[in-house]
Amino acid sequence: MGKLPLFPEQASTFAPDVDHLLYFLLAVAVFFTVLIFGAIFYFAIRYRRRSEQELPRLVHTGIALEIVWSVIPFGLTMIMFTWGAAIFFRESRPPDDAIPIYVVGKQWMWKLQHMEGQREINELHVPMGRAIRLTMTSEDVIHSFFVPAFRTKQDVVPGRYSTTWWKPTKPGKYHLFCAEYCGTKHSGMIGWIYVMDPQDYQKWLSAGVQSGSMADNGQKLFQDLACSNCHKPDGSGRCPTLVGLFGKNVQLSDGRTVKADEAYIRESILQPTAKVVAGFQPVMPTFQGLVTEEGVLSLIEYVKSLGPQPAAGANTGVAPVPPSKNASEKR
Amino acid sequence: MITAAVQEREHYLNASYGIKSWLLTKDHKRIGLLYLATITLFFFLGGAFATLIRVELLTPQGDLVSSETYNKLFTMHGVAMVFFFLLPSIPATLGNFFLPMMIGARDLAFPRINLLSWYLLVIGGLFSLFAMLAGGVDTGWTFYTPYSTTYSNTWVIATALGIFIAGFSSILTGLNFIVTIHRMRAPGMTWFRMPLFVWSNYATSLIQVLGTPVLAVTIVLVFCERVFHIGIFDPALGGDPVLFQHLFWFYSHPAVYIMVLPGMGVISEVVSVYSRKPVFGYGFVAFSSVAIAVLGFLVWGHHLFVSTQSVYAGMVFSFLSYFVAIPSAIKVFNWTATLYKGSISFDTPMLYAFGFIGLFTIGGLTGLFVASLGIDVHVTDTYFVIAHFHYIMVGGTIMAYLAGLHYWWPKMTGRMYPEGWAKLSALVIFLGFNLTFFPQFILGYLGMPRRYHVYPPEFQVLHVLSTAGASVLAVGYLMPMIYFIWSVRYGKVATANPWGATGLEWKTPSPPPLHNFDEAPVVTHEAYDYSTVMGEVIEVG
Repeated sequence: MGKLPLFPEQASTFAPDVDHLLYFLLAVAVFFTVLIFGAIFYFAIRYRRRSEQELPRLVHTGIALEIVWSVIPFGLTMIMFTWGAAIFFRESRPPDDAIPIYVVGKQWMWKLQHMEGQREINELHVPMGRAIRLTMTSEDVIHSFFVPAFRTKQDVVPGRYSTTWWKPTKPGKYHLFCAEYCGTKHSGMIGWIYVMDPQDYQKWLSAGVQSGSMADNGQKLFQDLACSNCHKPDGSGRCPTLVGLFGKNVQLSDGRTVKADEAYIRESILQPTAKVVAGFQPVMPTFQGLVTEEGVLSLIEYVKSLGPQPAAGANTGVAPVPPSKNASEKR
Repeated sequence: MITAAVQEREHYLNASYGIKSWLLTKDHKRIGLLYLATITLFFFLGGAFATLIRVELLTPQGDLVSSETYNKLFTMHGVAMVFFFLLPSIPATLGNFFLPMMIGARDLAFPRINLLSWYLLVIGGLFSLFAMLAGGVDTGWTFYTPYSTTYSNTWVIATALGIFIAGFSSILTGLNFIVTIHRMRAPGMTWFRMPLFVWSNYATSLIQVLGTPVLAVTIVLVFCERVFHIGIFDPALGGDPVLFQHLFWFYSHPAVYIMVLPGMGVISEVVSVYSRKPVFGYGFVAFSSVAIAVLGFLVWGHHLFVSTQSVYAGMVFSFLSYFVAIPSAIKVFNWTATLYKGSISFDTPMLYAFGFIGLFTIGGLTGLFVASLGIDVHVTDTYFVIAHFHYIMVGGTIMAYLAGLHYWWPKMTGRMYPEGWAKLSALVIFLGFNLTFFPQFILGYLGMPRRYHVYPPEFQVLHVLSTAGASVLAVGYLMPMIYFIWSVRYGKVATANPWGATGLEWKTPSPPPLHNFDEAPVVTHEAYDYSTVMGEVIEVG
């Protein structure tokens, strides 16, 4: 109790953009509110009934007036639409050099993982001035990843990946809220985003290494689940090689092509028969129930590390994927 | 003093007595009163839930109730208010009572179906009430999947079944109104002589008939998944959780217009009567209702901007949402212009109408914020959205409902309400409303999420303001409840046309005779021609 804040902190590149649009909308809203309230007050007093016998003369409807007060608001709303859509479009296009973070929501906690392997719960440490791209899914119901200081929000939906990104501009500690009602402890599904100076972040990263990078874990899982028996690096197995797959277009047996992104790899692991690669038989069993959402994310990170597109982390300056990865695959 | 020598005139209230004469009545006026009693009950039930929510939110910790209970409270508040108060509110009470009278009909086209509609609402209401008493439901009134179908351990099916049944009440009422307006207008009552309240109810009925079946289908699908584990929405069963949101909002967005369009109709009547002028731009106001009804079906995706719906779909829905702003703006401008050079009196219904226009303006303008993709990503699922839709639903619809109740009360009961108390209630409600909901815009932009039992302490000041406002608002709502009941016995006896209004409902005694009119009316003038109801006049303006 005490303070009465009126605007939230601006801590991402989106925050000033969204706030400027807000100021424009506020100006329009205040103008029309004052106009309507003012007109009502003025007319109500100026034309108050002075005698019970009063009968006002008819004022004829002006078509021109109706057109004017339809067209002017319409023009204003189109500015609002275009401006808002432009921000939204930028919010949906993460830059290529964004640092990937993986998020799994569950009742009632956030599990976050860095490519380098650090795992966090209800806390996320990120460097200032770098774009961060979140790939998110849920283990149970719909959640929503909301950071008011960044002005971004994205639902986290079971059974699919959603992504969001932002670039923090100010070091500090910011609220992370679950914004989609998710059951009893919905209001407890909160956390903090720590935006750190890049040097501090580096220190934090190297201090917290636990169990190898996500790609390492993914590779281990790849062996444990016996994926490597069929997905051979040289393409000699019963299944297509995964080397150089990520980010490429894949020709499917039904003639379609699909881009090999996170959602495609996830689907191929959990529902292998949904999209079968041209020239291969649908022999792969489903791994639904055998691998956790976090395991799937590690597998994806492993596939990414096989190229061809360098995993986004490779040029981040923070712990690039070791080049030995491809070599070890050749075993 | 009434003396025994005076034979009391027969009217719809004293034509027959006894509980059966009410429960089996086919008179649209009595059915309107049955609805009035039913929805008033749900209004105060929903209000009691809201009171508990506001008291809980006085402090950042969860100290009054548990999280389970809190979640049930906001769910049952939403269910009671939306499905059993707001949706039936104006059409089923005031519409039922006055729509036939305003077009000069003896009753609705299907009086038996009209009674059936009321029974369906009551049965649906009882199912939902049972669910509330048996332990409640905690899914939010939006029933998002897979939480509602797989994870919630509360009375989802009983509540949903209640809403399913009440939906048929809404469909049948809409059907009845459409047929009545097409087939039962008095001689001379052409489409463009109809009062604007009739136009707005016509537009509402179109949505009820076309939209509500989609809600019914959606509830059946939820039932199939929850009870039989048929995978429709839960990805663990092979379903798509976002599909539910599309289906739900395909009905529930137009349903917002079911709630607010009849209110707009009331305001058109009231603004005209107390300015003693025809509504400015009658044709524009009439067609803007139909435009809102049609456009309302094309914008549901604006509830799904952050749901993983495609970016381009989001843009299309944002673009289309702005089209709804135009007919809404046309109405506000035309009501305001109606006042120009009018003869304005400040009777209670007019005060409520002023309140409506002001609050609807704010609610509508903040709708522009949430329709804008860049802003909505930040404010969706926060208190900003709560404030926005309460400005429309409570500031708009309930103000209009109260405007209409006061305006037509003398006709319904034959008694006047106490003017001083009524004016005070309008003022108290207006102030209390703004104090309750305006701080919530700020809360939302600051980032306070919806449906939070426990919240960070920096939001407390604004929550305290909001709760203070809610207590004022509660007093404001109790006042009409008390003086309306008081007036039935002690109010001044009303004349046939106490406001000098032009509608056909004022050309018959108060309360109206059993069949509305002693002589079948014939319409010879446009709506709102005040020269026809006045004797000697002084021309002004």
